[in-house]
Amino acid sequence: MERVKIRQVVEEAIQTVRTLRDRPVGEPVRDDTSLLGSQSEFDSLAFVQLIVEVEQRLASNLGMVLSLTDERAMSQRHSPFLTVRSLVEYIERVSQEKPR
Amino acid sequence: MSASDVMLITGTSKGIGKFLAEYYLARGYQVVGCSRGPSDLSHAAYRHFELDVADEAAVKRMITNVQQTYQRIDILVNNAGIASMNYAVLTPLSTVESIFKTNVYGTFLFMREAAKVMMLHRYGRIVNLVSVARPLKLEGEAIYAASKSAVETLTQILARELASFGITCNAVGPTPVATDLIGSVPKEKIDRLIDMQAVKRLGEFRDIANVIDFFIKKESDFVTGQVVYLGGI
Repeated sequence: MERVKIRQVVEEAIQTVRTLRDRPVGEPVRDDTSLLGSQSEFDSLAFVQLIVEVEQRLASNLGMVLSLTDERAMSQRHSPFLTVRSLVEYIERVSQEKPR
Repeated sequence: MSASDVMLITGTSKGIGKFLAEYYLARGYQVVGCSRGPSDLSHAAYRHFELDVADEAAVKRMITNVQQTYQRIDILVNNAGIASMNYAVLTPLSTVESIFKTNVYGTFLFMREAAKVMMLHRYGRIVNLVSVARPLKLEGEAIYAASKSAVETLTQILARELASFGITCNAVGPTPVATDLIGSVPKEKIDRLIDMQAVKRLGEFRDIANVIDFFIKKESDFVTGQVVYLGGI
């Protein structure tokens, strides 16, 4: 259930960044939609904005106050920010460790 | 400025921070302040948080709280700072750590967290307090000046990183102002310092507010990454 809500937050954040960056919003957000790297539709600034949008929505919609960009996230061999799926899984993992 | 602009000022329990909070409250801003202890500032548009600016979790909680209450942050003034005068060879590492924690980590944390809120609205004004101790290379203030040097660099690089989000970052460097921070500095040293300025007088709170007024104007959207020193340094 939690994962469904987190995915909803990530999807809303992606659509918001697309709107703000004048990108087409119609594209569906799939689990394997790329968020980072050469396949991604987001440049580095848009990616920063996306992470901020996700953090803010997690706090306001789900009461989760998390830092998604801590040392652990940055030092993982496989970045948790590569795709929608990996980001949702990462948020779920971090949120289960932290007290609300 | 619009009457409902939300301004966050750190270190509002005394000195420059307290003056700025009162000054901007009188001008109709909604002011959110913080300090390690309580504040005696009482005003309907003022809200106070007690925290250590270098405590990441506490800063995040405060910013989340501010965002939930006001839905935005228009202006951030990073004023909280500590100083300790001593020759470098006599300075314990614990002093270096505590100065860097408040002056650099604190400034960074507030910039990072406030910028996240500002980015959502594609507007923001960040003003950091630095010091003439940096350009004047004052003996006995190596650590304090180094910490303010770091704040200048943060100001200038974040100015670039945040520019496309409509956020400006600037800094104002006051000369000595009669506050607790210079209370322990001998008068001869202050006089010598004033003698190095083009305009030979102690700084006043209004001098600092004057520069901040300029930086935070809506029309100052083309002014970012700048450091303005007072007194003609």
